[in-house]
Amino acid sequence: MWLFNSSIGRKLIMSVTGIALVLFVTFHGCMNVVALISGEAYNTICTLLGSNWYAIAATTGLAALVVIHIIYAFILTVQNRKARGNNKYAVTDKPEKVEWASQNMLVLGIIVVLGLLLHLFNFWYNMMFAEIIGNPMQGGFEPTDGFSYMKQTFGNPIFSCLYIIWLVAIWFHLTHGMWSAMQTLGLSGHVWFNRWKCIGQVWSTIIIALFLLVVLAFWFCPDCVGQCDFKLLPFAVK
Amino acid sequence: MAKNLNVTIKFWKQNGPKDKGHFETHDLKNIPDDTSFLEALDIMNEELIAAGKEPFVFDHDCREGICGMCSLYINGTPHGKTERGATTCQLYMRRFKEGETITVEPWRSAGFPVIKDCMVDRTAFDKIIQAGGYTTVRTGAPQDANAILIPKQDADEAMDCASCIGCGACVAACKNGSAMLFVSSKVSQLALLPQGRPEAAKRAKAMVAKMDELGFGNCTNTRACEAVCPKCETIANIARLNREFIKAKLAD
Repeated sequence: MWLFNSSIGRKLIMSVTGIALVLFVTFHGCMNVVALISGEAYNTICTLLGSNWYAIAATTGLAALVVIHIIYAFILTVQNRKARGNNKYAVTDKPEKVEWASQNMLVLGIIVVLGLLLHLFNFWYNMMFAEIIGNPMQGGFEPTDGFSYMKQTFGNPIFSCLYIIWLVAIWFHLTHGMWSAMQTLGLSGHVWFNRWKCIGQVWSTIIIALFLLVVLAFWFCPDCVGQCDFKLLPFAVK
Repeated sequence: MAKNLNVTIKFWKQNGPKDKGHFETHDLKNIPDDTSFLEALDIMNEELIAAGKEPFVFDHDCREGICGMCSLYINGTPHGKTERGATTCQLYMRRFKEGETITVEPWRSAGFPVIKDCMVDRTAFDKIIQAGGYTTVRTGAPQDANAILIPKQDADEAMDCASCIGCGACVAACKNGSAMLFVSSKVSQLALLPQGRPEAAKRAKAMVAKMDELGFGNCTNTRACEAVCPKCETIANIARLNREFIKAKLAD
């Protein structure tokens, strides 16, 4: 099968899983902003997702995407190390055009995975997982009370700092990953290269800024976040 | 005004692909700064021979930047820092500073085993071309030159792709040892022209398969290749190859 045994096929797997993950991160970022406006509305989303079959199915799909993306990252890296050979250059001069992120995607990816594990421990373990195993209060709050878990997590400066490092790594990873995914799909060229690069930079900056905003707001101003009355919001279900 | 330079050449010595290899150094005195770098290496070899030592082996041929034979990794850059996109033979001593140590290494890639010193075996590129980098032409009376209309822009771009001389600087610069810039240029030069279309799908598949078989790495879009290409090939070619390849596979 060409997807698995050709170099472009393997890159295509990285590209498609990467794009799917970017879309998920975008959805997640938008969802988080709700917590800044109304804690009640945010918890409504948490309840809607919870441990319902569709949320579990989507989470399983998402986990599969992450695992495939990571496995192929390692397969590609091992093959590329082998192709490079054992002899290293004594002197290397990095051309200006070459972005730092593009040459350090694996390292950035590893930081992203470590951050992801912390994130799963802070939230998923106490929310979806707690509901699945039938121990809803294991984290101290209701499993659908995502808002309280956010306050608890980001109230801890160590966690907040780790999340900020994590977000910066994701930003670097995405600034290269987004245009690179389009390039691999062949949807690039002399004109579209610059467009994808710009779209990728703007997109990843907005998404990561939203995540950062949430962390910083919950860290420094826990009393002013999520105070709007859900019933007064225009989209509220009456 | 030309002035003379004193430099130290730190060059790679290696007896065949299995040898571990090591650096040796040689001081060059009073080299006029309009000497080409390869001429400076010729002077060094004259001095080495005169001293009863083995000369330094490196590839070179036309010395006018069109054959693609020269292949030296100079001070961390394939072909060195030339005035503009150009090969090693177009690098002049005026690009170096007085007293500088110039490090000269071979293309380091598993796809290009060292034959001796800085001369590497690049027949892998010939094998990739043999796999599909051609059009099958039936001989017969030549067609009228204007019988096939080709937009000027396409003809120009195909020519730009065809200007790839297959020197291998892209592979040398790539941290993944990927040959994608070379292969994509060679696929593009034909894919852009109507004469190349009938065999485009077959060509993309065959050349990529050969490239993978020969052990070149997977492209991760770092753009190091286009930054050092002496013929200014761009990664737009790589996007085109990806497109051609995926399209060909989906059409199977």
